[in-house]
Amino acid sequence: MSNQTNTAADNPGVGDDSSQKGGARIMTCARAQREALEWEMTNDQRVFMLGEDVYGMGGVFGTADGLGAKFGKERILDTPISETGFIGMAAGAAIAGMRPVIELAYIDFIGVCYNALVNYAAKTRYMSGGQLNVPMVLITGTGGGYNNAAQHSQCLHATIAHMPGIKVVCPTNAYDAKGMMHQAIRDDDFVVYMMHKGAAGVGWMGPTVKTTLAEVPSEDYTVPFGKVRVYREGTDVTIVGVGLSVHHALEAADQLAKDGISAEVVDLRSLVPLDREGIMASVAKTGRLIVADEDYMSYGVSGEVIASVVERDPTVLKAPAKRVCVPDVPIPYSRALEQFILPLTGRIAEAARSLF
Amino acid sequence: MATDNQTRANMYRTMVRSRHLDDRLTEQYWVGKTPIFAFGNGPLPGELHTSHGQEPVAAGLCSVLRPEDAMTAAHRPHHLAVARGVDLKRMAAELFGKKAGLSGGRGGHMHIYDAAVNFSSSGIIAEGLGPAAGMALARRMQGQPGIAVGVIGDAAANQGAFHEVLNLIGIYKLPVVIVIEDNKWGVTTHKSASTAIERNSDRAAGYGLVGEFVAGNDADLIREACLRAVERARSGGGGTLLEIETARLQGHFMGDPSAYITDDRKAYQVDPIPRYREKLIAEGVLSEEQAQQIESEEQALVNEAIAFALDAPYPEPEEALEHVFASH
Repeated sequence: MSNQTNTAADNPGVGDDSSQKGGARIMTCARAQREALEWEMTNDQRVFMLGEDVYGMGGVFGTADGLGAKFGKERILDTPISETGFIGMAAGAAIAGMRPVIELAYIDFIGVCYNALVNYAAKTRYMSGGQLNVPMVLITGTGGGYNNAAQHSQCLHATIAHMPGIKVVCPTNAYDAKGMMHQAIRDDDFVVYMMHKGAAGVGWMGPTVKTTLAEVPSEDYTVPFGKVRVYREGTDVTIVGVGLSVHHALEAADQLAKDGISAEVVDLRSLVPLDREGIMASVAKTGRLIVADEDYMSYGVSGEVIASVVERDPTVLKAPAKRVCVPDVPIPYSRALEQFILPLTGRIAEAARSLF
Repeated sequence: MATDNQTRANMYRTMVRSRHLDDRLTEQYWVGKTPIFAFGNGPLPGELHTSHGQEPVAAGLCSVLRPEDAMTAAHRPHHLAVARGVDLKRMAAELFGKKAGLSGGRGGHMHIYDAAVNFSSSGIIAEGLGPAAGMALARRMQGQPGIAVGVIGDAAANQGAFHEVLNLIGIYKLPVVIVIEDNKWGVTTHKSASTAIERNSDRAAGYGLVGEFVAGNDADLIREACLRAVERARSGGGGTLLEIETARLQGHFMGDPSAYITDDRKAYQVDPIPRYREKLIAEGVLSEEQAQQIESEEQALVNEAIAFALDAPYPEPEEALEHVFASH
């Protein structure tokens, strides 16, 4: 089992995975997404990776761990701290037939390259009338809970998903992490692949969240975008989660079960495309809806999920829908403050109880 | 090496084609916009930035490019698109918002894409430079021939993307030529007020690139400088930053009264096309009759494209929903 050990300097698992062909292994999300990237780079010469500190260090999540040595500097391209420049460059390479995979370590840094993403990568296919595709993947880390304050702890799901022309996925377990990475690289569109730092299974975030670990087949496979996963079936309330919030929702469901409340936990998995019918199907069954999203509350994915239900049939709701999100404040530094604003297990369970 | 007569005649032809296109567009632009002016009115709506005066840059630059080379342009792209060989009828149709347009009417005049000739343009200042670097990188990674050219205006040299991309070109030794069209104006702000140094080409030194300034807005001089830059890129010598002095004869956008262009700043407001015509005739490259023949042929070609665009049907409204994604 590989877990918690995904820095370049401390990773005895590097290169071992291929010796276990033929069976599924229990892996972390970070190791699983790395395996997909390695497979795609091995089998598709168009695929290359670029980002800050990817060649030697393997990136902050170990996504390129060991890949520099395997594929060389030409295909694992260290960049200067120039996100506007190198993301624009990646988009141009994608248009010209390559399949770039970009690492933007923290989604918070999007402020310095938003134009390259939303005005160029996201719109070029549309503005060219379908002449040019931009098949590139942007891998980025999201989320807080580790006292890194307001500029290194955001999720910004809605900030990306709001813009037309970007597919946005948020895998929450190792099986999806690998399959969605394969799908993202093979997809002909621009895909932002958001991995919550707390779900990745990287050592510097502390013990790996157990529910992020999954059996991962050693062969390649894709997880198509746009289908929710019902993690846990229930009958009384639906808790829709994104990213790490899914795992908090699972814990909350355990607590609620002790109170006699049967919670169904739905993982959105992909924000664009959004499986509105999948959300509706669950809420139609349970009649109650909690949305847990570590993004800011207002104008966010949480509201979009609720809209997906009420636009279809508001009468399925037996109680008001509730959002459990970051109240509209920047992420604070102090542990006492941060733990208060994060949509953690206790807040999710409390919101669910309030519906009964 | 002196440029041969045929090439010079072709550069003149390209300039005439571009100019006549812009003249016809200007005429159409005012249809429906008087007495009350509004960008959204008439058969040619939106903002319009014509290339009047900047034609020599495109003619000289594109005369040294090969089909496999990529070009990204900015918000004033007509002359570059014409010189690059973008499909004239489909480009005109795009400008008029027609279904037969290059992008089916989704792009418009600042967003001209013709994959067949590796041409694209973008309305966000300096945004095309990163993609140009990437197109060059892709060609190198694929083992394919070809370089990339990114064209911007002088005011774009104060954008962060410009500096980031110059550095990327420098560190990766990419076969890219960055061309700055120095028309001295960023909308209404003169270069002297926006740019801390006189020549942006001097900034190349900060990124390990060769920089060259080309004065005169003369297609022959521009071609020679572009040839040096392009040969450097093709031979593995890395990137070049060319700043080419040119003229913006019609203001920033159509309807711009240009009152801010004071008399002392009109020195550059010289039409380069009659001047080049005189030069070619004086040097025996063209006779008066040959020049007139080129002009009438190009006017006919452009008129045909404009007529095609005017007659072409508009897209069905629901087509607005297409082409966001390649799949799903």
